Amino acid sequence: MFYREAGQFKATYAEDSQIFPIRQDRIGMAIILLVAFVAVPLFASPYYFSAILIPFLIFALATLGLNILTGYAGQLSLGTAAFMAVGAFASYNFMLRIDGMPILIAFMLSGLCAAAVGIVFGLPSLRIRGFYLAASTLATQFFIVWCLTKIGWFTNYSSSGVITAQQIEILGYAFDTPMSKYLFVLIVVSVMALLAKNMVRSNTGRSWMAIRDMDMAAEVIGFRPMRTKLLAFAVSSFYCGVAGALYAYAYLGTVEPEGFSIEMSFRILFMVIIGGIGSVLGSFLGSAFIVLLPTALNVMFHFLEKDLGLELPSGISSSVELMVFGALIIFFLIVEPHGLARLWQIGKEKLRLWPFPH
Amino acid sequence: MQFFLEVLLGGLLSGIMYSLVALGFVLIYKASGVFNFAQGAMVFFAALTAVGLHDMGLSLWLAVPLTMAIMIVLAVAIEKIVLRPLVNQAEITLFMVTIGLTFFIEGLAQAIWGASVRKLELGIEDVPLEFLLDNAGIAISQFDLVAAGIAFVLVAALAIFFSKTKVGRALRAVADDHQAALSIGIPLQQIWVIVWGVAGFVALVAGLLWGARNGVQFALTFVALKALPVLILGGFTSVPGAIVGGLIIGASEKLAEVFLGPYVGGGIEGWFPYVLALLFLLVRPEGLFGEKIIRRI
Repeated sequence: MFYREAGQFKATYAEDSQIFPIRQDRIGMAIILLVAFVAVPLFASPYYFSAILIPFLIFALATLGLNILTGYAGQLSLGTAAFMAVGAFASYNFMLRIDGMPILIAFMLSGLCAAAVGIVFGLPSLRIRGFYLAASTLATQFFIVWCLTKIGWFTNYSSSGVITAQQIEILGYAFDTPMSKYLFVLIVVSVMALLAKNMVRSNTGRSWMAIRDMDMAAEVIGFRPMRTKLLAFAVSSFYCGVAGALYAYAYLGTVEPEGFSIEMSFRILFMVIIGGIGSVLGSFLGSAFIVLLPTALNVMFHFLEKDLGLELPSGISSSVELMVFGALIIFFLIVEPHGLARLWQIGKEKLRLWPFPH
Repeated sequence: MQFFLEVLLGGLLSGIMYSLVALGFVLIYKASGVFNFAQGAMVFFAALTAVGLHDMGLSLWLAVPLTMAIMIVLAVAIEKIVLRPLVNQAEITLFMVTIGLTFFIEGLAQAIWGASVRKLELGIEDVPLEFLLDNAGIAISQFDLVAAGIAFVLVAALAIFFSKTKVGRALRAVADDHQAALSIGIPLQQIWVIVWGVAGFVALVAGLLWGARNGVQFALTFVALKALPVLILGGFTSVPGAIVGGLIIGASEKLAEVFLGPYVGGGIEGWFPYVLALLFLLVRPEGLFGEKIIRRI
């Protein structure tokens, strides 16, 4: 009843091809944006900004990047964190070595660096498929982290390999409070998500999906596999690179190459799968789920120990947390193998009728 | 020259240890098309359980069969709870489920046995073989040789199991075509339990050997990462491929580290196998012994 598009007629082609053709979606999106831009900054505490909201947005961006590659173009990759590392260290060096570098340009350039690395490491995908490709993208992961550790120039010869990100400053305004950082990340992520949404609806996105669904057939009907696959790698790495730069500048402040470990790549892959493969919305849902889950588990264990007086031996709680995390992932995949985005779709179908039987 | 030989042999022997882990991957991939990332966690779980039981006062002869029983229970549970609801899902979903499984098994092992490093004594000493040291001047660890022998026996047994027994034939049928196998009456679920059980057994052997070498600790789970280049090099579906791949990776990794490493700052063991395997794949996209991929529209 509430989610019904009856009576909404599309009179022009432009109306038919807009991102949210249904009025309820437009209103919903406007409310979400309003909440994110106005209500959250008004009411959230600094802890929420720096521990939950900022990582959620940054990981959503990285997930979006991986989703473009894995979900839309069908190339499974386990090297996401490496591309993020390239982005983080590239922007650090741009800021460090070029005087008066505007930070947004530095982020763009670092994204382009990541894209270049992505193209190089995407080359094998022209010949290798499926799990063979996934396992060989691990080469990216290990090689790049090793390079960043061993070649001192990247970390400005810091003895521990740790870099400290410069302050984010645009036109003299310093983004130094959690709230301002949050708004900065939010703007970057919103713009890039909008771009991604439009990209996957366009000719580019359709060519990716054609390659994903059956690359031989796509080749036969005239998509160039090399260009399409490498473009997917480039765009995906660009997103991951910018996410990595944000990760260093807006979230942690100090990062080291080892921080961009294979666990992080897996976490981002989890977000893609849990959220929904090949869905922009899913990237955000998946990121929210995986970022919130450990926090929620932590709170729960705290509650169990404090209020119920349940004595857990020290060290066990982290193991049990690991178990619950794994079990939840298995549970979600069994219940809905197509991710949270599909659940939302099913929910929409239900809402269309609710509360009437038909 | 002697040094070169020593490094080469050491690499080959450690390569056999990699193949032991890779073998578990191959078994499951062959029979169910699942890329089982949890193999590393299973190695860790098996080793920790065996050592834990041993530390409780059981003798090794009792602890190891008991662990094997636990691994079989684990295999049944995985098949019943995790795999059965996910029949016919996309490969990547199954892959992710095994990553979830990895977290669960790692957590379970540590919740039961604690997170501290445990020592495992198998009664084989890790000393250079005197005979070789005296005659050829090459230091080869006795332990490595025994491990290689065990791996060899295991592989031979598996090869016979796959080619001669009824269950082995059923396994190959399932690997070829799930539906065809089902239609001639091969019980798919039972086969999967057997495969996961056998993979558990391989994990136990690998875990005991690796554990005796490096101590039973969380780092054992990273062994899985070492096995991946072996897999892509040898092909996901080939048992001999896992062995040959292991030998190539082990030897080239050690040689590269010793002879190439000093020029680029060392520590290249981490990525060299992957790059090597990647280069191999560019020539043969299905690995050395993998089944040739025929693609049709």
